[in-house]
Amino acid sequence: MKRHLISAADLTRDDAVLILDTAEEMARVADRPIKKLPTLRGRTVVNLFFEDSTRTRISFEAAAKRLSADVINFSAKGSSVSKGESLKDTALTLEAMGADAVVIRHHDSGAPHRLATSGWIGGSVVNAGDGTHEHPTQALLDAFTMRRRLVGVDAGLGHDLAGRRITIVGDILHSRVARSNVHLLHTLGAEVTLVAPPTLVPIGVERWPCEVSYDLDAVLAKSDAVMMLRVQRERMNAAFFPTEREYARRYGLNGDRMARMPEHAIVMHPGPMNRGMEITAEVADSPRCTAVEQVANGVSIRMAVLYLLLGGNEPAVTAGNGTSTRTEESK
Amino acid sequence: MGQILIRGAKILGGEPQDVLITDETITAVGTDLTVSSAEGAQVIEADGKILLPGLVDLHTHLREPGREDSETVLTGTKAAAVGGFTAVHAMANTFPVADTAGVVEQVWRLGKESGYCDVQPVGAVTVGLEGKKLAELGAMHDSAAGVRVFSDDGKCVDDAVIMRRALEYVKAFDGVVAQHAQEPRLTEGAQMNEGIVSAELGLGGWPAVAEESIIARDVLLAAHVGSRVHICHLSTAGSVEIVRWAKSKGWNVTAEVTPHHLLLTDELVRSYNPVYKVNPPLRTEADVMALREALADGTIDCVATDHAPHPHEDKDCEWGAAAMGMVGLETALSVVQHTMVDSGLLDWAGVADRMSFRPAHIGRLEGHGRPVSAGEPANLTLLDSAYRGEVDPAHFASRSRNTPYEGRELPGRVTHTFLRGRATVVDGKLA
Amino acid sequence: MDANSSEAGVQLPARPVLEGPDIARMLTRIAHEIVERAKGADDVVLLGIPTRGVFLARRLAAKLAEITGRTVPVGSLDITMYRDDLRLGPARTLARTDIPGDGIEGRLVLLVDDVLFSGRTIRAALDALGDIGRPRAVQLAVLVDRGHRELPIRADYVGKNLPTSLRETVKVQLTEEDGRDAVLLGVKETAPAGER
Repeated sequence: MKRHLISAADLTRDDAVLILDTAEEMARVADRPIKKLPTLRGRTVVNLFFEDSTRTRISFEAAAKRLSADVINFSAKGSSVSKGESLKDTALTLEAMGADAVVIRHHDSGAPHRLATSGWIGGSVVNAGDGTHEHPTQALLDAFTMRRRLVGVDAGLGHDLAGRRITIVGDILHSRVARSNVHLLHTLGAEVTLVAPPTLVPIGVERWPCEVSYDLDAVLAKSDAVMMLRVQRERMNAAFFPTEREYARRYGLNGDRMARMPEHAIVMHPGPMNRGMEITAEVADSPRCTAVEQVANGVSIRMAVLYLLLGGNEPAVTAGNGTSTRTEESK
Repeated sequence: MGQILIRGAKILGGEPQDVLITDETITAVGTDLTVSSAEGAQVIEADGKILLPGLVDLHTHLREPGREDSETVLTGTKAAAVGGFTAVHAMANTFPVADTAGVVEQVWRLGKESGYCDVQPVGAVTVGLEGKKLAELGAMHDSAAGVRVFSDDGKCVDDAVIMRRALEYVKAFDGVVAQHAQEPRLTEGAQMNEGIVSAELGLGGWPAVAEESIIARDVLLAAHVGSRVHICHLSTAGSVEIVRWAKSKGWNVTAEVTPHHLLLTDELVRSYNPVYKVNPPLRTEADVMALREALADGTIDCVATDHAPHPHEDKDCEWGAAAMGMVGLETALSVVQHTMVDSGLLDWAGVADRMSFRPAHIGRLEGHGRPVSAGEPANLTLLDSAYRGEVDPAHFASRSRNTPYEGRELPGRVTHTFLRGRATVVDGKLA
Repeated sequence: MDANSSEAGVQLPARPVLEGPDIARMLTRIAHEIVERAKGADDVVLLGIPTRGVFLARRLAAKLAEITGRTVPVGSLDITMYRDDLRLGPARTLARTDIPGDGIEGRLVLLVDDVLFSGRTIRAALDALGDIGRPRAVQLAVLVDRGHRELPIRADYVGKNLPTSLRETVKVQLTEEDGRDAVLLGVKETAPAGER
């Protein structure tokens, strides 16, 4: 694995499977009376959030704490200095404090990339969502959820998502979740179809390793998982679609549509959900909807990522980029 | 009474000849010219270097008044001289905006005082660059600065009526409106060229059509009112097509291209390094090739640097927070040699045309863009075209270092620049 | 660093010092000792340490079942995240921790591993156990004890004491993982492989 996790495209198939497998072990820790491991004792993880996201922050925080890392939460939102100064100066501050990893959420696409390549800091950088670019740990937890549900908790170990058909529906244009998922799911062998009104599909999407459809009903029956993206209400004023009602009618997932999905197929949502917009309450509350599971899986995935990046003197090595880590141990 | 003899220079790339400068004027061009060293004449052995008319930039941001932390008229003209320029047009988006006779005269005077390069101020088209109310174009023209080029550069004159009126109004004094073609609604939140790379990087797209639609409108407007219009920093293949079409109609349309749009593409943005953030944005390889071809065939009239200095902190940050723009004066000729001459698209006479004759003509700039022949003002640039070297911004004369070429090997180096017979650059260094 | 050097650097040919029948005999003996000393072994939980300790634990459990006629719970305990040498190499791949359904609370946990060497693995295993529950007692069974302890740890059940020098390597092979049963004694490559 690379030293930073900036994009889902940074991960080879072996890297991704290793993360999912590791997360599976981490998930078992959650079932124990003592949900804590000593592994990252003495490591410092900084949650650097330039954008409000309580859900993502507490997920990373829980993950780091379960691994016994010291966690520093740094909310840079509302800082009086200009954006640019604050990223660099904040980074230098964190470096001085000895951060082993910086988990960064930023409103600008590319800010984590910049942090990782600027020379401002020495630790690992984990992208917790940047602008409309990527959100790799979300894609990993989504893939983890799919593998558990579609392949099986134990049956999935060591396996990817080869041949699974995943449909991602909604505001692809502005979605970092969609971008990361397209990369990761492709790497894991899944077949991805994006569904959105043409206004919410980026120019240039033809180079992405996926299909694009404007017709939700046409793909439902051929989907093993349907991921509904949150539609920001402010998009409505920018003429991306005429009304919320029309959007819900054409691209929302309701009970009728869910019934047309294969029996085993699941409904996913990265949250928070706009009930009545992209998803009806009936679907959101059905056992086929994995939204709550995804949150729980998020902690396991983030534990796995932090462990694999910080658990040694360098990130884990996978077959794709070196020798196996599985050596015989001293006894 | 000063005399300079440049011996063995390839004028516009031709056979080596000698050029004699007396005071401010070229007094002789020929072979085996001699001067009496007793009279203190200076001899420069050109050794087959290329002699060009002093370069003229139609599009320079000198930042003074207002942003002297990034550039001043003095440092900007020094950079211009090092780059082989003898005249630059100083854009109007200063603080305060150059929208009155007072501000343009101030810039003009600062240029005179600097002595490194002539500074021709550009006047704003509208008050405060706000696109609403025409600035006093006539007063700026009538001022000591004698403004002939008007531009809201940095912003587009997007109101069709204001644009029409400006085009018409400047006819009275043979002025020209230089349009920064950028449809504002189509480029809200734009961060880079809209296309395959922006889709992957999740950066707000700046679509080619936002430039092309304005150019299409403006060439039609110029034709309708019988005015001339100049298009700043053309960046797309589509824009080239529109300009080519307008010219085929005989309409009075001119256009410029920046050196960086002749070389760099949006693939570079993958690094998220804000040094590549510029407006209009870096486009695709196909656009770059179309721009080179258009410059070669004359569809694009000239190269203009869009030299846009920014202080370090405005680029040493995340992409979204960074300022748009690149410095360009000191690398322009090298980039043109690399992209146009070394590739066989343009000869040195063509370079002289695109970087001196035509821009001077578009700006109606007297004393610049003249042939290298006896009786002409001695505005000259001597280029060592055999030179190859890495760009090192630490050596820039500009106050800013925001070059996209740092560490890149480029050909050619200006060894001497003469402004009306006075050397402003000698052996590659400011005189 | 020697203590942490892996046996990845085994230089062939390594000499087999124990063969399949030897191993089977030892496990049978250990099983009988457990029944004897644990008074029927009715509260024993076997936890093997991955990778080969898990197979040995399962074999022991089968033998215990043969002897006592009862099923003995068997699971695995991965100690990776409790190791004291994590920062001496790249992050390590985790193995499965699988605690039998009734847990370890108040029971006799018997840790099973293939080779006892520095004792650091067992130290880590004791820490890992502590996060899972509170056994009545913890004991240790190993196939081979090769000496050179770096911590005050000893095994309760040993298949074979194998005196070795630090230049030697001990490699246990089990059918489940390696296709055959054997214990191999080899000599380390001249350059210590301790950097991993």
